[in-house]
Amino acid sequence: MGAIAETHEHDQEHGHHDHAGHGYGDNSKLYIHIFRDDLGSKAGMWLFLFTEILLFGGLFFLYFGYRVADPHAFHDAALELNVMLGAVNTIILLTSSLTMVLAIVAIQKNSVKLSLFYLVVTIGCAFAFLVNKYFEWSYKIHHGVYPGSEELAARPAGEITFFGLYYLMTGLHTFHVIVGAVILSVCMAFIIKGHINKDKYIILENSGLYWHLVDLIWIFLFPLFYLLH
Amino acid sequence: MSNHAEMHDGEHHEEHHGYGFFTAIWIGLIALTALTVAVAGVDMGVYTVPIALLIACVKSMLVINYFMHIKFDNVLVKWFVIACGVIFAIVIIFLGFDVFIGD
Repeated sequence: MGAIAETHEHDQEHGHHDHAGHGYGDNSKLYIHIFRDDLGSKAGMWLFLFTEILLFGGLFFLYFGYRVADPHAFHDAALELNVMLGAVNTIILLTSSLTMVLAIVAIQKNSVKLSLFYLVVTIGCAFAFLVNKYFEWSYKIHHGVYPGSEELAARPAGEITFFGLYYLMTGLHTFHVIVGAVILSVCMAFIIKGHINKDKYIILENSGLYWHLVDLIWIFLFPLFYLLH
Repeated sequence: MSNHAEMHDGEHHEEHHGYGFFTAIWIGLIALTALTVAVAGVDMGVYTVPIALLIACVKSMLVINYFMHIKFDNVLVKWFVIACGVIFAIVIIFLGFDVFIGD
């Protein structure tokens, strides 16, 4: 802890003169004790995001495979989902993506409090999304529509598949929302402690990338499950 | 301003965008969401799915390019994303041959 604080102080002192020395520019000025590779961090984050895209991509493919096999059942089943709730959740996630970006802009401008405020709004949006999802799912479950229920088992095979995919894909996405909210909370703690600051915000940027991916997946989930009827 | 900013952010090669710029992108995204909901009410037969996907693709391009900063990022990161897109497309297209025109 002491070491980190010391390094940080040093970083602040020299921050204004030797930034070209960080990373890949002029290696002769490299400070070993504060060595960072922001580009490497970002590239690593993107590699991770690709695995996420492949994960969801496979599920989207599964969706289209079954949709083509039985389009009518998918139409009928999609009619049962609440477009309004889906649209509200879309707007909530898009807004949280905006406040996420604004939190990074704020930290770049050294407005620590503003950055924390935007992160609070982002996490608040994540909770609003989850509350929405809770009502949506409990409504469905209350009406007996959940994987393995008798009510659902009596329906055509295509509808069973639709709701199976619906619970799997939106469930996996919701899990990502929860993880994102936890990551952003950790970022807030880092900002308060000064580990994320005006000169060093790659952790916040990478967390932001994760959060935007969550938004990106929802951009496709929303029309495919709620709108195509 | 620009000189100072460049000194600080050698890795970005760009001045940072402000609050207004990203808010404009957000307004665009909300408008596209309204459009996709409105269009869903219209029956367009076989075009319904492609149009919904097209709007979703435009929205995701806005998110990837601006919110995820790819448009202004280092060329390496840019090519990372393009390479991933190409690999993903190849996987989907060839799997599609098998699933959709198998019989």
